[in-house]
Amino acid sequence: MIWLAVLACGVGCYLLKLAGMSVPEWVLAHPVLRRTADLLPVVLLAALVAVQALVVRGPDGPTLSIDARLAGLAAAVVALLLRAPFIVVVFVAALTAALLRL
Amino acid sequence: MWDWLRGLDSSTRGIVRDGVAVAIATGAYGLSFGAISVAAGLDVWQSCALSLLVFTGASQFALVGVIGSGGAPVLAAVSGLLLGTRNTLYGLKVSPMLGWRGWRRAAAAHLLLDESTAMTITRTTREDARVGFVSTGLSIFVLWNLATLVGALAGDSLGDPRTYGLDAAVSGAFLALLWPRLDSTRNRGAAVLGAAVALCVVPLTPSGVPVLAASVVAVGMALMAKDDRSWEEP
Repeated sequence: MIWLAVLACGVGCYLLKLAGMSVPEWVLAHPVLRRTADLLPVVLLAALVAVQALVVRGPDGPTLSIDARLAGLAAAVVALLLRAPFIVVVFVAALTAALLRL
Repeated sequence: MWDWLRGLDSSTRGIVRDGVAVAIATGAYGLSFGAISVAAGLDVWQSCALSLLVFTGASQFALVGVIGSGGAPVLAAVSGLLLGTRNTLYGLKVSPMLGWRGWRRAAAAHLLLDESTAMTITRTTREDARVGFVSTGLSIFVLWNLATLVGALAGDSLGDPRTYGLDAAVSGAFLALLWPRLDSTRNRGAAVLGAAVALCVVPLTPSGVPVLAASVVAVGMALMAKDDRSWEEP
């Protein structure tokens, strides 16, 4: 099943790129469509940040939990405020959580 | 390769050099993608296939993030696709500048990314646009895939990913991808709303759904917005 998701996402993402390269600009000119496409990455990435930092799989399904991941995220915020590059941000988040779990 | 480089005039060489520099920075985060992907439960080959086939960072992180948190693979693929829609907008902008048709356009489409777009739209001539696009896109493709392999092999040999805080690294990675987009009040509002909607539906839905549910915020805000110029991209 994971392979299927990998292939479907690969084909789909390529077709999305090809569509942008191929269709004339007016096809996607509707302002609501443009705004939605503009906001989607912001909204989805924010949702992913929240879910990855706070959700755990409990015995009765997913629940919220505050643990070392949130401290890792806070450390990532500090790193971003200090204009650290991507890899440093990720490393600082991991290191903070790992140290708290020792 | 070097003969070809020497044959270029100095401004063209500068464009190639910028493209490669961007690729080195981007390749570095391919390392973290490989490690995070393996920690999420994909194997090394699946991680490498993602980088080869999907080849757009945020979509790949989304797919492995949803799988890592126990979501169904189909929801993971849809999350990746929704994040891939922004490349369609990049294509609209870049395609007339490159002026390619047929197989060249079909090949160029695979190299369409945040970075290759950024290194193209600032050019003033078609030749410079093409050099910027291809040098950035191709060098990212090579380094991104190599880095994914190295990161995945390293992640595979680590053992329990929680010991190394790799679960915390995932949200850090998403935040780093989101950060440059938080440059307006509207986007910051959208981010807070999106996160809130996702967390609210967590107890009600299976894993993977909360992230998709957040996309109603994008549609809702787009429908309610007044037509103003601030929506136009620079």
